[in-house]
Amino acid sequence: MLNTEFIAKLQQIVGNEYVSTDQADLICYSYDATQKQFLPDVVVHPASAEEISRILRLANECRIPVFPRGAGSGFTGGSLPVSGGIVLVTTRLDRILEIDEENLVATVEPGVVTEQFQKAVEKVGLFYPPDPASLKFSTLGGNVAECAGGPRCVKYGVTKDYIIGLEIVTPTGDIIKTGGSTMKGVVGYDLTKLICGSEGTLAVITRIIIKLLPKPEAKKTMLVLFDSIDGAAQAVSAIIGHKIIPTTLEFMDGRTIDCVRQATDLQLPDTANAVLIIEVDGDREFLDKQVAKIAEIIRPLGVVETRIAETAEESEALWQVRRSVSASLRKVNPDKFNEDICVPRSKVPEMIRKIDVIADRYQVPIVNFGHAGDGNIHVNVMIDSKVAGEQEKADKAIEEVFKGALELGGTMSGEHGVGIMKAPYLSLELADTVVDYMKTIKRALDPNNILNPGKIFPSDKT
Amino acid sequence: MAKLKKLEDFREEIDQCVKCGACRAHCPVFGAEKHEGRVARGKIALADALLNGEVEMEDRFLLDMSQCLLCGSCYTQCPNKVPTEEIVAATRRRIAEKKGLSTFGKGVATVLKHQGLMDLLAKSGGALSGLLFKKLPEDSGLRLRFPAPFISSDRTLPPLTGKPFRERCPEIIHGKKGQPTVLFFTGCGINYMYPEVGEALLKVLKFIGVTVIIPKDQVCCGLPAVSAGATETVESLAEKNLTALGRHQYDWIVTACASCLAGLGKIYPGMGEEFSDYSLKVKDIFVFLVEQGFTEQLAALPKAANRQRVTYHDPCHLRTRGIIEEPRQILKALPQVDYVEMEEAGTCCGFGGTYSVYHYDTSKKIGAKKAGFIAESGAELVATDCPGCIMQLQDSINHADGKQRAVHILELVAEALPD
Repeated sequence: MLNTEFIAKLQQIVGNEYVSTDQADLICYSYDATQKQFLPDVVVHPASAEEISRILRLANECRIPVFPRGAGSGFTGGSLPVSGGIVLVTTRLDRILEIDEENLVATVEPGVVTEQFQKAVEKVGLFYPPDPASLKFSTLGGNVAECAGGPRCVKYGVTKDYIIGLEIVTPTGDIIKTGGSTMKGVVGYDLTKLICGSEGTLAVITRIIIKLLPKPEAKKTMLVLFDSIDGAAQAVSAIIGHKIIPTTLEFMDGRTIDCVRQATDLQLPDTANAVLIIEVDGDREFLDKQVAKIAEIIRPLGVVETRIAETAEESEALWQVRRSVSASLRKVNPDKFNEDICVPRSKVPEMIRKIDVIADRYQVPIVNFGHAGDGNIHVNVMIDSKVAGEQEKADKAIEEVFKGALELGGTMSGEHGVGIMKAPYLSLELADTVVDYMKTIKRALDPNNILNPGKIFPSDKT
Repeated sequence: MAKLKKLEDFREEIDQCVKCGACRAHCPVFGAEKHEGRVARGKIALADALLNGEVEMEDRFLLDMSQCLLCGSCYTQCPNKVPTEEIVAATRRRIAEKKGLSTFGKGVATVLKHQGLMDLLAKSGGALSGLLFKKLPEDSGLRLRFPAPFISSDRTLPPLTGKPFRERCPEIIHGKKGQPTVLFFTGCGINYMYPEVGEALLKVLKFIGVTVIIPKDQVCCGLPAVSAGATETVESLAEKNLTALGRHQYDWIVTACASCLAGLGKIYPGMGEEFSDYSLKVKDIFVFLVEQGFTEQLAALPKAANRQRVTYHDPCHLRTRGIIEEPRQILKALPQVDYVEMEEAGTCCGFGGTYSVYHYDTSKKIGAKKAGFIAESGAELVATDCPGCIMQLQDSINHADGKQRAVHILELVAEALPD
């Protein structure tokens, strides 16, 4: 419990209406998509960088931790108030400040919802590619803090590739600007890139300068069913080997297809053991040719069936196969542990085989789908955590999956970050010297360990 | 006996919420208020905490639970299909059980339970769909039951009818041989506020020759009481309707009010065996008309030289039941209509039964967005299939100084048919 004097000071900064210690509010800001719950002591909704700066100075004085929060849709607990204290919600900073059509640059506040920003720039013929699955509700601030990805990253890259400047509040309360509005800029360290993906541990983001692209004229979707995961993986390499980079290259493995078959009435032939959804974008006249060429390249690789969408509705129907996955999985088992390992593209089939072995060893269903084009596999360990011993089995399986990915030159997380969920495994991937280097930065910038403590580094756990 | 589910009965559904946050993209109240307590995910967390004894029914909790339109937008987009509107309604019933009905809830319950009182209020020019009682005489004791502060002074309301619809028509209107028999469940909106919609429906049904039964003793479907958490009222209304409707032989029950469709077709079947065939028997009027081949009959009429631009607003209780195409098909087939689709036709108008009475400010914010989309569409008329939506849409348009009119599709259909 925080004392009333502290709460009164917070009220002076943001106004009474925007500070709450009501139990109902504490509950509503205690969770994220990990489904873990930690009650904060107070929830504040500031409206400006100045207010956030004052909150951080106060928090440093009183040694109260601060947990920045966007939509609370993260998968690793990045926004969870693991040690009580202040949840600082950024959703009131939700203005798109400028869309500069001459320089293809936009400036936004962190609380803007990703899809709303995309719609706004697309209205003037521009394009912001990163498309995390949560884009309809996650905020750009959260996307930057976690360096969100998405299916389109194969061709277009991830969030940090589009962030050229930031305004941030440092953990000790200074308001500073990093980068700027220019496409080039090498004066000093690249702090913008440091903040992207720092999971809210190094700064509260208050303004984001985003590089935009011209919007591609059209896109075309195809769904290809393969008789084996190897065929699908070879297809990915073959397409890229022929110097075609599709916008998206999404795959689903055999177990995922089984789930979809069981849970929906979508027609997928029994001989299909892997699915690729391939989307290309660009000038309209050039797309038909490209799709035909892709079909030709992959034909010898065990293709069972190819479906090509001619209209937006048909394209939507193809994507429906992919979108039905999440709901289908719940019919296998109620609890899903969704990891997001990433391996070199060519190693995807080997990784899937490793996962199959792990699933058999621990007798837990594991289904895999994700972004084949960049080797980013969503590994879903399905259990019923109410059954005794299941959680332990899942934990062991997950650790082995991480090790497997690292053996193949991959990483534990392509998109979701470390947060609290992967912190215990950090040393599997990063050498002590690397962790020390990172911690030195954190300590220097946040000497009182005020900002989002307990995240990324296991030893910080309180 | 008709029995509504208790909050405890939703334990499994509550556990299905994985806190992904997808509801944040679709909740109209969250869109206007941007607070986690206003969105489905927050309400599920609160219902969970209530069941676990981790939260008290204090002001903030009550506010959050009252801030839901029960529109079902979150449900349709929820990856795990968590029925938040049912869980919120069950929570409200629990609140009413423990803390008593709110003053407003009491008003709703009293009026809805007494058909005679509703008729009386209508005749004295004082009632409005059993919910809003703005024109009640100053000295009426009923003012105490329906306190003025609940009715915002800048809300524009439709004029009230002196003679309720059901008193204007016979109980049975015989049609042609070989045509089906339908029972028209009028609902309060049509009976007391928009009798012309009821008349339009009769004209259309006479045109195709079906036999229509309009039971005099039917009562409110109870949806406003569901919204207010008045368990007993809902249950007793359901019993009364079961008896009233059970006296007749019919093929289908038709509604021209999306809320009544949800009341009879969704709430009732959950209340007991005796209602199990309601989900199959109850049909929205446009679904019925499309099935009867009425679209083709309309399309065969000569096109009018001067046509009106009309757009359509999806009532939540139709959209969430998958009734999206049928009302549009009928509108598009009308000879005097140039149909135009507006942006976000499928988002809630912000009425939400009792919601707009409790939370008129938020309701207005949601309605203002809608009014913007209506204006952008260039339509002169916005047609829909729910008296509540019509009232809210017209109020929102008026606040935005718009010129458009909100109408029921049936009025346009009746206009197109020969007298």
